[in-house]
Amino acid sequence: MGNYPADLKYTKEHEWARMEGNRARVGITAYAQEQLGDVVFVELPKVGTKVSQMQPFGVVESVKAVSDLFAPLSGEVVEVNAELVKKPELVNQDPYGKGWMLVIQVSSPQEANALLTAQQYEEFLAKGGH
Amino acid sequence: MPGYDKLIFELSSPGRIGYSLPAADVPASDPKELLPSKHLRATPPELPEVSEFDVVRHYSRLSQMNYGVDTHFYPLGSCTMKYNPKINEDMARLGGFARLHPLAPEACAQGALQLMWELGQDLAEIAGMDAVSLQPAAGAQGELAGVLMIRAYHLARGERRTKVLVPDSAHGTNPASTAIAGYRVVQLKSDSEGGADLMDLERSLDEEVAALMITVPNTLGLFEPRILEISEMCHAKGTQVYMDGANLNAILGITRPGDLGFDVCHFNLHKTFTTPHGGGGPGAGPVGVKAHLEPFLPTPVVTKTDDAYALDWKRPQSIGKLQAFWGNFGMLVRAYTYIRTMGPDGLRAVADNAILNANYLMKRLEPYYDLPHPGPCMHECVFSARRQKKLGVSAMDVAKRLLDLGFYAPSTYFPLIVEEALMIEPTETESKETLDAFCDAMIQIAREAESNPQVIHDAPQTTPVRRLDQTLAARQPDLRWRPRRA
Repeated sequence: MGNYPADLKYTKEHEWARMEGNRARVGITAYAQEQLGDVVFVELPKVGTKVSQMQPFGVVESVKAVSDLFAPLSGEVVEVNAELVKKPELVNQDPYGKGWMLVIQVSSPQEANALLTAQQYEEFLAKGGH
Repeated sequence: MPGYDKLIFELSSPGRIGYSLPAADVPASDPKELLPSKHLRATPPELPEVSEFDVVRHYSRLSQMNYGVDTHFYPLGSCTMKYNPKINEDMARLGGFARLHPLAPEACAQGALQLMWELGQDLAEIAGMDAVSLQPAAGAQGELAGVLMIRAYHLARGERRTKVLVPDSAHGTNPASTAIAGYRVVQLKSDSEGGADLMDLERSLDEEVAALMITVPNTLGLFEPRILEISEMCHAKGTQVYMDGANLNAILGITRPGDLGFDVCHFNLHKTFTTPHGGGGPGAGPVGVKAHLEPFLPTPVVTKTDDAYALDWKRPQSIGKLQAFWGNFGMLVRAYTYIRTMGPDGLRAVADNAILNANYLMKRLEPYYDLPHPGPCMHECVFSARRQKKLGVSAMDVAKRLLDLGFYAPSTYFPLIVEEALMIEPTETESKETLDAFCDAMIQIAREAESNPQVIHDAPQTTPVRRLDQTLAARQPDLRWRPRRA
């Protein structure tokens, strides 16, 4: 199977979240970037924006499609990856590293229980989930 | 195809001109005395300096590189690229229509008004609606008009609803029109058969939902068998039901949106009703409504009293005017001509043959490409190139190779719910010979994917330009020609 780090939590909309204390770093999965193809534009919210779990926080556009990005957890955006404005290809090249999108100051840590583990996410993909 | 890649600017030669004007018969004036200095430019515009012959030859050569439905098969899914009968063009060029000023007094425009009134009646009858506005300039504007009317309807009843439901198989215009009308878009899932997921609909429907927008048949080319149930579920919550009419070609004369419970639907005259499509447009996207939405139609509405036709502007609940003058009138003449030349039986035969052609094509290609949602289909079918993808050949590669084999490519990567989608709509106007030639090309490509994928990766080779770098074009768009500074 693909590349789904065990220390991340996943959504059925193909975002990942990495808990860093009370903060969560967020991006899209290797599967998502592969399905999208070359990413050409990423629209992210401003720092200070409030996001809610599984509500759209931004948009990713590839040569194939435009897709909403969903927040894995509720909270306030405290950091945004400004690099993606000039280099959207980072999402393809390094989805779990330099292709990160946001850092959220998490308001309801218990929401993380609703997210998938790497194993559950892989099972979800294997069942043709998209 | 002859290669020719010049810009008109590149033909320019200093001092060459393509006109000669007679001597002025009025005294010359200095522009500086006639116009405020802020409106005067310091240097002349850099227009190309070319002869009349240069211009004629340049544009004739470009036109020879054109690919259109008048020259080739155009199997672009969900776009209904059918033959545009030439009698439509004759009628649109009649002096009484073509030379009529849009602000001519009503008494001098009775013929044009009559045509608009009768076309509205015909479209209403075809769709089972009570009233039609011909004003929207394309499908997306028809959608916006429809959603704005739904909004005005709820507001008139004192209800502030905030959401519109749109299935994940929808055309991108549906969420776009909805968002522009001020609603929050809520995506509905499709079930494994490709229809609406009724459980998800049940969960999503509440008093906040202003409308459900749905395409029938849907973008997988499948008729939604539970559409009556769906519209009843919506109406029970006071939710209006909107039909995206992009695929109306498939149900002409078989069933009617109004009979399926829809409150609003739009028509793409440039798809179903043979007005030019794409670069040959403009489009026209009339919108039909049931009686309870009639007060909200865009102004003006064409009325008939005895034998006199007029424009009614006094409509206090109207959503207002949408488009310059009365919509794209020339397209209305063409669509009217089409409906009158076809007649009711002819329109029914359109749907029958569109469905027959799509199913023929689907059956011939089914052994070679995966069909995620098995038929029978309606007017179009959606294959997946996922089998070829395992061999390194994507839907995009198949599309590029088709260009070399003399065909326009189908829609690719749409609908979004089908992996490596290839969406093919043959329309009723193609012959069996053309369908067979297209299928032969598709089958050849499926075989090449196994035996010689390189020829696919190298495609297209016969077109004026080879593979364009779409990614670079999207990341660093270069949209404007600029003169080279010496």
